[in-house]
Amino acid sequence: MRRVVVTGLGLVTPLACGVEESWKAILEGKSGAGTITRFDASQLATTYACEVPHGDGTDGTFNADDWMAPKERRKVDDFILYGVAAAEQAVKDAGWTPEDKESLETTGVLIGSGIGGLNSIAETAVLIKERGPRRVSPFFIPGALINLISGQVSIRYGFKGPNHSVVTACSTGAHAIGDAARIIKDGDAEVMIAGGAEAAISEIGIAGFNACKALSTKRGDAPETASRPYDADRDGFVMGEGAGVVVLEEYEHAKARGAKIYAEVVGYGMSGDAYHITAPSEDGEGAERCMKMALKKAGVGPSMIDYINAHGTSTMADTIELGAVERLMGEAASKVTMSSTKSATGHLLGAAGAIEAIFSILAIRDQVAPPTINLDNPAVETKVDLAPNAKREREINYALSNSFGFGGTNASVIFKKV
Amino acid sequence: MSDVADRVKKIVVEHLGVEEGKVVEGASFIDDLGADSLDTVELVMAFEEEFGIEIPDDAAENIQTFGDAVKFINDAKEA
Repeated sequence: MRRVVVTGLGLVTPLACGVEESWKAILEGKSGAGTITRFDASQLATTYACEVPHGDGTDGTFNADDWMAPKERRKVDDFILYGVAAAEQAVKDAGWTPEDKESLETTGVLIGSGIGGLNSIAETAVLIKERGPRRVSPFFIPGALINLISGQVSIRYGFKGPNHSVVTACSTGAHAIGDAARIIKDGDAEVMIAGGAEAAISEIGIAGFNACKALSTKRGDAPETASRPYDADRDGFVMGEGAGVVVLEEYEHAKARGAKIYAEVVGYGMSGDAYHITAPSEDGEGAERCMKMALKKAGVGPSMIDYINAHGTSTMADTIELGAVERLMGEAASKVTMSSTKSATGHLLGAAGAIEAIFSILAIRDQVAPPTINLDNPAVETKVDLAPNAKREREINYALSNSFGFGGTNASVIFKKV
Repeated sequence: MSDVADRVKKIVVEHLGVEEGKVVEGASFIDDLGADSLDTVELVMAFEEEFGIEIPDDAAENIQTFGDAVKFINDAKEA
């Protein structure tokens, strides 16, 4: 059986641009939240978010010029810019820039987004209304389409293998990594560049999620405390933006070229709630079946899981996921550590599953579980260690990352120490 | 160089990210300045915007070089 390992990582998060920079901030318990600076949000119910720190590229800031020439950048929405930046980091980290025909044709790309070029669509709609259809840019469509991160990355490196994308709301990143691993397992590619990206911190994005009553609204005076998964005083998620991309590779292929191996992708589960367009099923049975499927694929029991990176968005749904984990783990619930890194990054929607997969992989590499920050007053009693406000140095051989999306779409990915 | 030529050159340099010295009379947007078909559509839109003129699609197809663009715009402004 073909095995799939992770050989490269790339991150653009609200905490920093860069894998090590973001991870360090996560372990230190920093928050990426602040008052919205991209546009005037004063008329919105939510005035804060977790924005990527733009700057000159030093101290972990994100400098767009480092990743795309100004001439190219003008033609794409920010979700593509973030996706390309994370992909470039991951490819560089993996040291995989082949030039021979066979390698290029067996390297594919599968990077998704939850909503894609939302802001470009909104701005173009206003432009048509104000100035007529002739003023629409020829780059509007290719700059807003979700699969165009995969397209851009393939063009940049000449990767001619499977070129695909995923759109499953907040499960996008996890599905992208799981599906890409399957493509390698099936023998359709030796290497896949996989992940998710999002840039929906815009007036239409915030107003839309406000209308769904999904966002935190009450902490404008202290935004860094707003994302507080499992806490009794949580009042909705805080929107984040950015991208996470991994390089997945067939194990023998990685070994043969002496690649650095972070972890193995051993389990992938998917399920549907068939319940509600935005709310998870109240008993969490969809999430539970999803994790069970991933465990079955991994060939291990629930007691083998050491760390769970929860979906945990800082909404009412947190305790539903927790309940599913408690039922799944049974007695072993007291031995697992489960944290929500969304407490620090906010919710990156289609990129969430990808950045959280990377945090799970780094948890295995460094044998440390990141904290759930702002968890001061747990909403429920549980045997599960939620790592409130402090990281946990502990043995981590298996890590599971959960992602659940609008429409009742669930994904769980299990990584194993190699 | 005419005012029109200067303004066209500025747009070409900005949109295509090329050096000013390369934008000469006979320089083809696609063959010499690295544009693709979408870039040329955007260039024509930028000329329309800058000079307050309308360039019909069939006329736009004949604007292939920097010189073509300057000539078309000069003619359009005189008309």
